[in-house]
Amino acid sequence: MERKFNIWRGSAEKGEFKTYSIKLEQGMVVLDAIHRIQTEHSNDLAVRWNCKAGKCGSCSMEINGRPKLSCMTRMNEFAEDDIITIQPLKTFPIIKDLVTDVSWNYKQNKMIPPFKPRVKKNGKDHVMFQQDVERIQEFRKCIECYLCQDVCHVLRDQDKKEGFVGPRFMVRLASLEMHPLDRGDRIPKIKNEFGSGMCNITRCCTDVCPEHIQITDNGIIPLKERVVDRFYDPIMWIYNKLLGIDTQNRNKD
Amino acid sequence: MDYSDIQTIEHDVLVVGAGGAGIRAAIECASGGLSTGIISKSLLGKAHTVMAEGGIAASLGNIDSRDNWKIHFRDTMRGGKFLNQWRMAELHAKQAPDRVRELEEWGAVFDRTDKGLINQRNFGGHRYPRLAHVGDRTGLEIIRTLQDFCVHHGISTHMECTGLDIILDEGKVSGLLAYWRETGRFVLFKAKAIILATGGGGKAWKVTSNSWEYTGDGLGMAYRAGAELMDMEFTQFHPTGMVWPPSVKGILVTEGVRGDGGVLLNSEGERFMFNYIPEKFASETADTEEEASRWLDGDREARRPPELLTRDVVARAIKKEVEAGRGSPNGGAFLDIASRRPAEFIKKKLPSMYHQFKELAEIDITEEPMEVGPTLHYFMGGIRVNSDSQQTNVPGLFACGECAGGMHGANRLGGNSLSDLLVFGKLAGDGATDYINSLTGQLKCSNEEVGKIIKGATDMLNREEGKNPYLVHEKLQSIMQTFVSIVRTGEELEAGLDKLQELKADIKKVSAHASAQYNPGWNEALDLKNLIVTAEAVTRAALIRQESRGAHTRLDFAGEHEEGLEYNIVIKRTDSGMSAEKVKRENPPKELADIGFASLAELEGGEIGA
Repeated sequence: MERKFNIWRGSAEKGEFKTYSIKLEQGMVVLDAIHRIQTEHSNDLAVRWNCKAGKCGSCSMEINGRPKLSCMTRMNEFAEDDIITIQPLKTFPIIKDLVTDVSWNYKQNKMIPPFKPRVKKNGKDHVMFQQDVERIQEFRKCIECYLCQDVCHVLRDQDKKEGFVGPRFMVRLASLEMHPLDRGDRIPKIKNEFGSGMCNITRCCTDVCPEHIQITDNGIIPLKERVVDRFYDPIMWIYNKLLGIDTQNRNKD
Repeated sequence: MDYSDIQTIEHDVLVVGAGGAGIRAAIECASGGLSTGIISKSLLGKAHTVMAEGGIAASLGNIDSRDNWKIHFRDTMRGGKFLNQWRMAELHAKQAPDRVRELEEWGAVFDRTDKGLINQRNFGGHRYPRLAHVGDRTGLEIIRTLQDFCVHHGISTHMECTGLDIILDEGKVSGLLAYWRETGRFVLFKAKAIILATGGGGKAWKVTSNSWEYTGDGLGMAYRAGAELMDMEFTQFHPTGMVWPPSVKGILVTEGVRGDGGVLLNSEGERFMFNYIPEKFASETADTEEEASRWLDGDREARRPPELLTRDVVARAIKKEVEAGRGSPNGGAFLDIASRRPAEFIKKKLPSMYHQFKELAEIDITEEPMEVGPTLHYFMGGIRVNSDSQQTNVPGLFACGECAGGMHGANRLGGNSLSDLLVFGKLAGDGATDYINSLTGQLKCSNEEVGKIIKGATDMLNREEGKNPYLVHEKLQSIMQTFVSIVRTGEELEAGLDKLQELKADIKKVSAHASAQYNPGWNEALDLKNLIVTAEAVTRAALIRQESRGAHTRLDFAGEHEEGLEYNIVIKRTDSGMSAEKVKRENPPKELADIGFASLAELEGGEIGA
């Protein structure tokens, strides 16, 4: 059975959709179809991919308008006469064809103050219980596919990349802030530099997460609450003032 | 032509590859005060380490306190059929626990025991529960931890940058020429030492768990620079890869499924692994289903189920069942955990397997069995290195991780590769640091060398007519799949070698259309140069080893031959082409031999190697 694909081809300066037609085999995913097109029609069609099993988060793209991992999108999801439209992530600048420049994300990650563990109590092993780590293990499932960054309104529509690190890095911040061994304090930065206030909780990021991480409810909202507790709770404000507690710098012990 | 205006980046040490071994090596170099760069073919955090599922082996003894480095060492040697480099297996078993604890110190969050310690699971060939893990996504946890740690250590990461060849100055490493994927432009890295951490070459086979990056780049570059390759005949076929649908054939199904109670069944519903227990392992393997069940329930007196025999044994057993007409509909075996464990347990311990089968094969593994079969997974062999410093015979050239040979001998135990990455990544970093500190004089990268490499990499872009690189690659894969497969014969290997020689002519004629800017066709054409070296080395070594040992099975030479333990096969480049020869092994130090050949009772009782 022949199937048609409209694939965006071009560089940052100019490009267009080109139509390709290939025969499908049983069980194919969209990435298989792209590879087939590469082999048969266009050797230089640029696409990023690695594991082809939904574990590395390299092959993110927009398929019929939905941000998806192309290796986990089966062709039988689509109607038989559907023409599949494939384009690169919209939020990041195009390098070529389906490949975008995601280096901005690596810069955000670098700004985050690193993990700062407490001293081992017995000198040999850290003791943490499963129920205490489960919550951050959810965040650590993230495969950095940046689909959440792609759909985030603040980054995609408002282009406020200078003011908000995006859902991916809010989740990473949550994984550090809620780490049972961590002694760092990132709450002032979360408010001032990383832009927790910019998120207006539309949950679009959660919807597209291939790892089904509850980005908004379990990650971003609790961080927003911590910011509010620290900076905007009037009773806490008086309490801190009276005891001379510095809200900007605090170590968790 | 003058290449002096080419982009040049200088580091003390350049690490090639950003998987677990590469990043760990870079961290060690940077903390020793060296200016350190890493290049990687993909983005940071996407390397194949991310695919490792089951866990990292280290004798922490958190579940069974009888475990210690000696038993881990003995398991590793037995798994490797005693062909491992003894010193490497010793260093690995001794240092793995510290490397795991260090990861925790850097932020990794392993699953916990009920005492709050790092949890450990059972795996094939390991006497005790030994694999620290995070569900079935341990590799992701490790690479993310290393990645987040390394960005704060002043290491320069050069992403989507592919190495082409190493440059030498009077026999010593002086640099490496690479290209940026994004622009197709060349970049010269000047470095006093290079650490190769490029992984294996699984992409030479059609059915493989490896991603596109696994094209034997480090093997090819080292070989061309004059380094030796060793044990290349030992290629591990993981017993459980997906077999259906065709588009995902080869994708890994973690051994953790069996470690957590999954069993292998043939089309008659028989638990066939009981029929394939090798004599050497008989005394330590359950011989009834009843005993195997008791073991799973935690009975310390019971012996291990036969599904947890080493990977070579299980892979061959599946192949034999299929050949005997007892395979599953798509030519594999059934792997059943649904009838062994509750759905909630499976989803908790094997979430990504649940996900993978649900989304790619529309199968719910909590309700139905999986269909699985052997898939090319890992290279035990690789670049020959000094066991302590990880240096090759080329001064300044180091190798660690899967691209280095020696640690695993004839067969690798599951879980030993993640620990290998960290232990030998660190040691390679130490080795390179020592080397650089003792270096005197200036090193040069000659214009002529640079020019030669650039010419070899751009020829195919200027060719009007030529072979399609993707189709040449497919041809290579089908040669290896047919002639250098899980069981081998001299006749097939000879035929394979002839076909590879013919293919070399095709590789010389590949053409890549369009510009060099992010052009996967061109990138593929360049990878072929390393794939062919890798494929030829495996085939030549397999031809010379006339016995069956570990992952290398010769139908025309059944069983292990005593003489097979006396040598390793070493590959190197000569003026007349690739040479492969037997190199005599040194006798093991007595204290290690005592541990390796001891009985479990002696080791557990502390009578030996105390």
